[in-house]
Amino acid sequence: MKLSFAALVPGVFVQGSRPQQEDTSITRLYRPDLAGRPRDRITDYENDPFIIGVEERLRCTCGCNLDVYTCRTTDFSCGTSPAMHREVVAMVEQGLTGEEILEAFIAKHGEAVLMAPKKEGFNLAAYFVPGAAISVVGAALVAMLWRRSGKVAEAAATSGGSVSGMSPQEAAKLEDELSKLEP
Amino acid sequence: MWLALLLALWGSVVGFIAGRNQRPELVESARRATYALAGVLVVASLALIVALVKHDFNVSYVASYTSRNLPLVYTLSAFYGGQAGSMLFWAVVLAIFGALAQWLTSRRYDDLLPYVAAVTSLVILFFVATTLFAANPFVRLPFTPSDGGGLNPQLQNPGMVVHPPLLYLGYISVTIPFAFAVAAMLSKRLDTGWLHAIRKWTIVSWLFLSIGITLGMWWAYVELGWGGYWAWDPVENASFLPWLTMTAFLHSVMIQEKRGMLKKWNMILIGLTFFLSIFGTFITRSGIISSVHSFAQSPIGNYFLYFLIFIVVATGVLIAKRMPMLEAESQLESMVSREATFLFNNLLLVGIAFSVLWGTMFPMISEMVRGTQVTVGPPFFNQVNIPIGLALLALTGIGPLIAWRRASPGHLKRQFAAPVTTGLIVAALLLAIGMRDFYAIMALSLSAFVVGTISQEFIRGVGARNRLHGENYALAFARLVGRNRRRYGGYIVHLGIVLYFVAFTGQAFKTDIEASLKPGESVDLRSPWGYTYTFTHLGVSQYEELNRFTTAASVEVARDGERVGIMKSEKRQHVDSFGRATFEPSTEAGIRSDLREDIYMVYAGSVQGTEEAVYRFTLNPLVWWLWFGGAVLVAGGVVTLWPGATTGAERRRSMAGYAASITGKSSAAAAS
Repeated sequence: MKLSFAALVPGVFVQGSRPQQEDTSITRLYRPDLAGRPRDRITDYENDPFIIGVEERLRCTCGCNLDVYTCRTTDFSCGTSPAMHREVVAMVEQGLTGEEILEAFIAKHGEAVLMAPKKEGFNLAAYFVPGAAISVVGAALVAMLWRRSGKVAEAAATSGGSVSGMSPQEAAKLEDELSKLEP
Repeated sequence: MWLALLLALWGSVVGFIAGRNQRPELVESARRATYALAGVLVVASLALIVALVKHDFNVSYVASYTSRNLPLVYTLSAFYGGQAGSMLFWAVVLAIFGALAQWLTSRRYDDLLPYVAAVTSLVILFFVATTLFAANPFVRLPFTPSDGGGLNPQLQNPGMVVHPPLLYLGYISVTIPFAFAVAAMLSKRLDTGWLHAIRKWTIVSWLFLSIGITLGMWWAYVELGWGGYWAWDPVENASFLPWLTMTAFLHSVMIQEKRGMLKKWNMILIGLTFFLSIFGTFITRSGIISSVHSFAQSPIGNYFLYFLIFIVVATGVLIAKRMPMLEAESQLESMVSREATFLFNNLLLVGIAFSVLWGTMFPMISEMVRGTQVTVGPPFFNQVNIPIGLALLALTGIGPLIAWRRASPGHLKRQFAAPVTTGLIVAALLLAIGMRDFYAIMALSLSAFVVGTISQEFIRGVGARNRLHGENYALAFARLVGRNRRRYGGYIVHLGIVLYFVAFTGQAFKTDIEASLKPGESVDLRSPWGYTYTFTHLGVSQYEELNRFTTAASVEVARDGERVGIMKSEKRQHVDSFGRATFEPSTEAGIRSDLREDIYMVYAGSVQGTEEAVYRFTLNPLVWWLWFGGAVLVAGGVVTLWPGATTGAERRRSMAGYAASITGKSSAAAAS
């Protein structure tokens, strides 16, 4: 490893990929119609961390299940996510905050446009039911183990700590030794 | 197929009757029905394969999923690439497994086998009936097209040749342990015998599921082009669910074998695993939840729904009726024991399964309760499951350190000292080099803790053999593993799981950039490891190959100014044998892997039809460890499965139910 994970904020340096004038000297493809959907040049907006952050919270409405950022950079046949990206860019240019942009999309497409439900009302059940279920069952399990292990200890004490005439100290010593061998 | 339907019906009816009255001729008939069923379904499958290979486009299925110019390997994989074919594939594989279960199972379990034949035949009956009445791959068209529609380009990938069948093998083989569990309940033979009969089936099934899921990740990574391998998609979740419950079963079954406990729980777990294996197919096929993986949907969802209801009711009633016979033979003696850690391990595994199921179904629940649709995507699943997953990772390290029955303070101190120190040292190192991502630090230090545990187990075992038997370390290691393959194979599997977690941690540091580049232009991207990669666009070329027209864009890659090599990404337009475009263009990512990170590049298209290319470059740390972890996991599974792992004496001892106890009335009573 040359350095470390210290530089955890990705550093991006783009050379020569700024918006450019059309260059007619560049070679045209033999069959551009078979090279996928024609693309626009990449601008600074496409790599803007704020815009990407917002788009990662928005679901592409084409039905692909991906967020807008992933869809527009992956599903290259989709026309929906580039359009949603342009909407986000327009709102950023208007000075809207991230939350305002999300609210604008919810107003237009409904709550399903968010990649994860908002933490309010019935949606809280989505977030807290799994944790609550595990906690409740876990607590019940601990209580049951506590009770049962107590009963077993009590039974051992009643029987004099041993079924083979060993003292409790000897039994503990034997168990300690056995535990070294136990798988 | 009609013959198969009749045989499956016969096998299920006769199997149940034979299991009940044990009449030898009926027992034999049920057994032979499974062999005949396998034979008939193999013939049906061969018929479909011949139709595919010979391009018999009069068969609707062949016309829908293949074309004349489709390479042979993908023509063969089209067998399970479409809905109807996958139903037949399921039926034939289950029939073969059912026949193997009859053939390979020891005669000691003869009284279980008729019921096993009945259950497997019943499940095959469902699949054959569904195939015949709702998704028949042999339906003919009123005309014969000159060429077929071809296979979805995303399925034309080596990963998709092996991933679906292996995942199916996992799903399907779950039926055999389930059939033995039902047989044990019906025959009232509820000792540990049935667990020994299914031990290898359980591990095989779990291995197939693990390999299938991992290959699915690999396919998604190399084929879908988004630079990730797991998106918490409903179909991915559906494959994960039975894996989780099967993993829980693999652990809890040890408690039943050793202590005669958790009998009810084990029945519920194996029933749940079987239910979830069918449920996954229901999700994929019914279309109740949309998914990028649902390549085929049809009304067969209703058939699956009724079958799932039948499974729940029948298994539930059976377990309820046998509850009094499933009482534990001994009790937990301490909170600090191997049994207790296995219980918590089960709680977390089933807890994750519940949270994944809950998240997957929540959009439907929300719509039913509020009338409002919501999306539950990766942000939700990551938020809910990462903490539970880390707790599970911790238990992976804790479990082997604690003794069965009860651990003394001295024993705990001795066992935990080195692994905990290892984990703390790694945590301190990560903090020292500047890592601040809480989950990443936790994942890596817990991974170190688990590796510490595993290493300690091996080191102590090898050391003990060296001292006791005077063996050199290599021989001691080989014999240590060879004499207790189940235990040490399990540790190797744990090591594989740790490597998965290490790979998952890398996703926290993924970085990417989009750029449009003319030939000769370059873009820089800094790696989390501190390197600066420079990607220089070389050009775009177009050519015809196989069944497609390819547009390939190439870049030269340099790391800190040093040339690494040339990478290529393609846009593929698939065509039929007449050169007509089929499907949307697909994308082939360019990937260069090493231990530190993957360079992942995607050609997104061209600007105005020129050689100016739009790229997305991604640096994906630690991805390689995922595939390596998969290989280690499989190696561990193979060690566990290797014949001769258990001696006759060990088998007899374990079949006695559990080890004799030293103290306590209850234990003494149970031992008697």
